[in-house]
Amino acid sequence: MKISYNWLKEYMTINISAKDLAEKIERGAVEVDTVTKPSDGLKKIVVGKIISMTPHPDSDHLQVCQVDIGEEELSQIVCGAPNVEVGKKVIVALPGSRIGDNVKIKRSKMRGVLSNGMICALDEIGFPKDVVPKEWADGIYFLEDDAEIGEPVFGYLGMDDDLIDVDVTPNRGDMLSVYGTAYDVAALLDVPLTLTHPNLQEVATLASDALIAKADQAVAPIYKMRLVKNVKIAPSPTWLQIKLWNAGIRPINNVVDATNYILLKYGQPLHAFDFDKISGNTIEARMAQPGEQLTTLDEEARDLDQNDIVIADANGPIALAGVMGGLNSEISDATTTVAIESAVFDATTIRKTAQRHNLHTSAAQHFERGVNRGGVEEAADAAAQLMAELASGEVQQGIVTATDQAVEPVKVSVTLARINHVLGTTLSTPTVTDIFNRLGFGVTVENDTFMVTVPARRWDIHIEADLLEEVARIYGYDEIPATLPGGPATPGALTEKQKLIRSSRSIMEAAGLNQAISYSLTTEGKAGQFMMKESHKTDLSWPMTLDHATLRMNLISGLLDDVAYNNARRVQDVALYEQGRVFYREEEQVRPSEEDHIAGAISGRLVPTNWQDAKGQPVDFYELKGIVDVFLKNLAVAGDVRYEATDRYPELHPGRTADIFVHDHYIGFIGQVHPSTAAAYKINPTYVFELNLEALIEMPKDVNQYVPISKFPAVSRDIAMLVDDQVTNEEVVATIKKRGGAYLKNVALFDVYEGAHVPEGKRSLAYTLTYQNPETTLTDDEVNQAFEKVEKQLKEQLNAEIR
Amino acid sequence: MSLRDQLEEIRDNHLKAIEELSDLKSLEDLRVKLLGKKGPITQALRGMKDLSAEERPAFGQFANQVRDQLQSKLENRRDQLKQAALNRQLVQEKIDVTLPGTPVAQGQPHVIQQIIDQLEDLFIGLGYQILTGPEVEEDRYNFEMMNLPKDHPARDMQDTFYITNEILMRTQTSPMQARAMETHDFSQGPLKMISPGVVYRRDTDDPTHSHQFHQVEGLVIDKHITMADLKGTLQLVAHELFGDRFDVRLRPSYFPFTEPSVEADITCFNCGGKGCAVCKYTGWIEVLGAGMVHPNVLKMAGVDPEVYGGFAFGMGPDRFAMLKYGVDDIRNFYLNDERFLTQFSKKG
Repeated sequence: MKISYNWLKEYMTINISAKDLAEKIERGAVEVDTVTKPSDGLKKIVVGKIISMTPHPDSDHLQVCQVDIGEEELSQIVCGAPNVEVGKKVIVALPGSRIGDNVKIKRSKMRGVLSNGMICALDEIGFPKDVVPKEWADGIYFLEDDAEIGEPVFGYLGMDDDLIDVDVTPNRGDMLSVYGTAYDVAALLDVPLTLTHPNLQEVATLASDALIAKADQAVAPIYKMRLVKNVKIAPSPTWLQIKLWNAGIRPINNVVDATNYILLKYGQPLHAFDFDKISGNTIEARMAQPGEQLTTLDEEARDLDQNDIVIADANGPIALAGVMGGLNSEISDATTTVAIESAVFDATTIRKTAQRHNLHTSAAQHFERGVNRGGVEEAADAAAQLMAELASGEVQQGIVTATDQAVEPVKVSVTLARINHVLGTTLSTPTVTDIFNRLGFGVTVENDTFMVTVPARRWDIHIEADLLEEVARIYGYDEIPATLPGGPATPGALTEKQKLIRSSRSIMEAAGLNQAISYSLTTEGKAGQFMMKESHKTDLSWPMTLDHATLRMNLISGLLDDVAYNNARRVQDVALYEQGRVFYREEEQVRPSEEDHIAGAISGRLVPTNWQDAKGQPVDFYELKGIVDVFLKNLAVAGDVRYEATDRYPELHPGRTADIFVHDHYIGFIGQVHPSTAAAYKINPTYVFELNLEALIEMPKDVNQYVPISKFPAVSRDIAMLVDDQVTNEEVVATIKKRGGAYLKNVALFDVYEGAHVPEGKRSLAYTLTYQNPETTLTDDEVNQAFEKVEKQLKEQLNAEIR
Repeated sequence: MSLRDQLEEIRDNHLKAIEELSDLKSLEDLRVKLLGKKGPITQALRGMKDLSAEERPAFGQFANQVRDQLQSKLENRRDQLKQAALNRQLVQEKIDVTLPGTPVAQGQPHVIQQIIDQLEDLFIGLGYQILTGPEVEEDRYNFEMMNLPKDHPARDMQDTFYITNEILMRTQTSPMQARAMETHDFSQGPLKMISPGVVYRRDTDDPTHSHQFHQVEGLVIDKHITMADLKGTLQLVAHELFGDRFDVRLRPSYFPFTEPSVEADITCFNCGGKGCAVCKYTGWIEVLGAGMVHPNVLKMAGVDPEVYGGFAFGMGPDRFAMLKYGVDDIRNFYLNDERFLTQFSKKG
């Protein structure tokens, strides 16, 4: 809400600039978005008087005006406005001036006739089009006759005011009005406040003679009306129009403007009905009935919902209560009798109605955040008084009350000790008393206990903690010291699981993979790819887009989206890992269980090409497998790691994929993305793995243990063999180890070959066998004997041909 | 010519010849020729048998002296030649040290992870635990126990992805406040925790909005925790993340689960507090929300607000990273462009 600095100054003495005031408000009450002056960026725009005018010789609509701009000679300005008129005071943009939209005005010729600047309409000097009064919408603006010729126009239009745009938090609905803000500003500045209250003159006739109001207490806890007769509809005076347009409200006429002005001033939304358009004499606030319709003031025909509150007459709805009036009871130039509604409606109902009809009007916003229940009558009185003053209306005697509510001030107590205990301050009783006084709260002190009486205008305050906030903000957060929690020491440490998760990330990074964080919400299809186990999917009930509609049950699909993003931008070398949650759900389960996984995807090269290796080697299955090996080794899972060829994942290459088992527990898989899947993702050949991190973390661990380094030399023997190409490395190594003897330390594959010089259906494998006796030096005979046993075993078991 | 004269001649001639040798091969040849069995010194020593017994010791001594002289000369020369050869080799082996180093495969933690780790380390040092909770949360924890009953207008501030009426993608890490308080055994001491994690809002992704982002919740509950403690703690966070010259200020704000509620601003990075377009000329940038835990929240989690109280805060690592590194589009964090991810590798 834009709060006028000048308007605030009507109620108190403010000795600081609007900017400084804004800073105070921000530090002590609510956030301030901006402080602006409507005249910012405008210059050399002055009051001029049209002394004479003649039609432009070459135009059927332009007038050549002689304008008095306070200089010795009249200034000739060409004007095309339809309402240009001799004798009127107008807005003149002088040559060299700057008007709205940062437009510069120069001396120019219009169809051959010299024009010294421009006579302006309001929207040309920065007024938003939806704020300009209708009567001035299609022409130039006439200033009041007492405007001083040659003076800047800004003061006459309220454009020299400072507007403080406050961003009011949901609890501070009381600040959505000038009075509400004034109370807080006076407290912050510690200055006295003088607010005016209505002094209403009523005629003898009772309003209740002509009008009956009815309301349901649950729907409208307070519903009151005033009746004003014999109003003369006319434009509002300039002072009122200025207040409205500076708040972003378009002036309409004196009656409507009066209600809007009271809303700005008191924060109480009002509605004015043309009483003569009402059928019958009863106005009722009730829930809408099935099938009812209403055309609102914005000329939209609306189907009403049974949960909408409406104001109705004998014929049906005449307003969408608390949101917008109906066209059928609108104030028009012919209106003579006005029924003013001042009420409180149920906040939740209004909020839902505003949402349902997408009508977030100012009135609705006020009702949603609450209104001052103690100020409903005063607002009605003030509006009626204004209609009497501005429209010569006759205010009928009395307020017609349909529902009412006793508004008792809230009493809350707090002790000085409690205040200092929670705030960490050392405030004294007088300091705190003074703060409550500045806020305009009643306060009595007994034994260091403050009994605080909170006026109805601060309906956000109910409990002790609310008072603590009032003290803190008025005392000033800057004045509160900065300390750290004392009390008993608490151990701060990562849990085992957290440590292992951190280690997991470091291992992946050390292996050259960058950490990715992808979206957990993905498409229904991708959510169910690369599945480690069967699971039902979990869908959002109302997704924003189909791209993010289902919770992922794998991490890889997200990584492949990332690879695709990179590949599409010609980044070919992509090495990513992600550690995060997947979401599995059993059929009867509503809330999925969450499991921590870790996954990787590599496409292209792990090490970029360089001058020493110009072609580079794209990553293959074995390189990624090496990373998984290192990961599992570093994670110290106890037990054998086994890779078992599988073709069970539809998204993976059937010949290049392995399930991974640790100690015969399935913990994940590794493989090449299936060419069809890769094509669907639009990615280059990519290798991936995904592991159940949670299972790995829970597995028993091999702790580091020192093994003495043997002083005796190791002996190695190489063996090369031809085997059937169906024989796997795992089988060969197992066979070697089975008959390796006590001193076989290590078996390392050093060559794999198939092709020329190797018969079809065979391949050549070569291993280095390392022997070592920790106790003594091995003799050649001992090694030879052991080696021969291995050779024999290989020949017998695998039909190997030793070369 | 006496034997001695012969030896002297051999010595003088060869000392000069050794000096002139230019390669190790001819040096070796000369050594064999000179000092070998058929060499002139050996020959001379053989001639010693013709000398008298009195002359022999002196001559023998002299012959040995000559041999030693020649030998040491040869060794000297060999060292010189070897050194020269090595020098030549070193010259030949010269490389262009300005050619680029061979790239090494190196991965980086995600920039948001870096911020979270930094915060975790800070708070571990302050005696906090790190707690994590479910990303798919119950309405009860996400809203109701945070003092946001159904129909609370503040629910509109956080558009929510619902799965069912009661199950949703958590919109904040605050539900961890309730979960932590429910399970904490206060007889064992105060509760101090932070809870980092992913949260979700029903937002359209654009440069400043992401339907997925991160939060780090903080909560301290004990018998005597003050707003001053909150302020001091937030100051530490600002100093840790951004540097000692950054100041913190608190402003009143509103969150249903804290009262008093504050927003914390830190000195603007861009202008150092002077005021610029980044901080809208205020010198301050809003970075987090915090406050004293609302008594309703304590009560609902089974903690007696008459005895216990404390503070809570919620920080946005995404926002921190954007501010700290000048990232202008939040979507960068979730697209995982290699060229983006590898920018945050500096550990210094």
